[in-house]
Amino acid sequence: MVPAMTEQGSSIFSGSGLACVRGGRVVFAGLDFTLASGGALVLLGPNGSGKSSLLRVLSGLLRPAHGQLAWNGEPVADDPEAHAARTHYLGHHDAVKPVLSVAENLRFWARLHDSHAGRADRAVETALERFGLSHLSSIPGKMLSAGQKRRTNLARLLAAPSPLWLLDEPTTALDRASIAALEAVLAEHRAGGGMVVLSTHADIAMPGAVEMHLDRYSVAEDLP
Amino acid sequence: MTRFLEVVRRDLRLALRQGSDSVMVVTFFVLTVVLFPFGIGPEANVLERVSAGVLMVTALLASMLSLDRLFQADYEDGSLELLVLTPAPLGMVVAAKMLAHWLTTGLPLMIAAPVLAVLLHMHADGFVILLAAMALGTPILSLIGGIGAALVLGARRGGVLLSLLILPLYVPVLIFGVGAIDAAVQGMSAKPHLLILAGILTGALVLAPWASAAALRQALE
Repeated sequence: MVPAMTEQGSSIFSGSGLACVRGGRVVFAGLDFTLASGGALVLLGPNGSGKSSLLRVLSGLLRPAHGQLAWNGEPVADDPEAHAARTHYLGHHDAVKPVLSVAENLRFWARLHDSHAGRADRAVETALERFGLSHLSSIPGKMLSAGQKRRTNLARLLAAPSPLWLLDEPTTALDRASIAALEAVLAEHRAGGGMVVLSTHADIAMPGAVEMHLDRYSVAEDLP
Repeated sequence: MTRFLEVVRRDLRLALRQGSDSVMVVTFFVLTVVLFPFGIGPEANVLERVSAGVLMVTALLASMLSLDRLFQADYEDGSLELLVLTPAPLGMVVAAKMLAHWLTTGLPLMIAAPVLAVLLHMHADGFVILLAAMALGTPILSLIGGIGAALVLGARRGGVLLSLLILPLYVPVLIFGVGAIDAAVQGMSAKPHLLILAGILTGALVLAPWASAAALRQALE
């Protein structure tokens, strides 16, 4: 059900010596990771430990204060557009326009990500079905509940294929059935060679995922 | 290119469904211009003398009204992060949004201008040049205004800050726009003024999307 990857074969996404500074404070430093096709990384840690910042660094929204990211050994910073093409980022906001219908919202993001319109439209149908949104497809965004908005945003992951998914607390506002649907989608994505990095406070079943405790990378405030 | 059109289409669709922005801009333009005959009296020769200036200044203010919405709505609901992360150059996405802004504000202003010119007793020789000056001038307003809109993103009272930033940059458009119309009315050639406007437009077309893309990246950091 998950659309085929655009980049075939196995890939490696890695970061070395990553550091992030927010508002003059070092959020984390000396962070290394390696993620191969089919792998998953779960970011854990208390509020403010830098889970969201790390995801923004990985997506390219935030430049790391130190260190670099590499995809198959090539620095990500050299070609930000190629990185954007292989990445789906899901942040705190759901990016659902109140005056567009659920299907219109999704179709826009799908076409923007995958410029082949016909393929994008078909993928949107599948994505709506997977997250139980088919009956809502013509409802305007302003009528949706918080959980339905979140599902619309999650459906974006399937509406255009991308190997790397960066999910910032994807289970917020989701009910049990939707979390189960999300777990199934994540498992399929990884089985198809995709990678997942997600931060969460809730329990989400991710067999074989590597856990990363971000508070271990924090720097004592009084260091020079 | 399909991505460019996709963004334009989405912004137009949003503007049409929300409706209020374009209507508000044109209504503001019409109402403000109509105030002038009340303020400075109905003498035809006085109105004719100020008509070009009044129309250009008011169009410029009207176009600024909707500028703070250019990126603000997308910034607030998280769409902007996703737009920055699309596999297309950000400058292109920004240019598409500016084009949509011009189509929903600049173009209606341009259409309303000749009607209001009649109201202000503008000399008939000025009409064509008024249209030409508006056609060259209003896109510049959307382009330069876009840089300001990106810069004030996330600031408190961004709308006021935006006008302080942008109004001085609009002065050349005003000078050469009004200069072109005055020249035509006085029987001289408007060509040099229009050529300079076209030059400013070309420069803005190249530089503005790039500059506002840089400002947007900064705002999202």
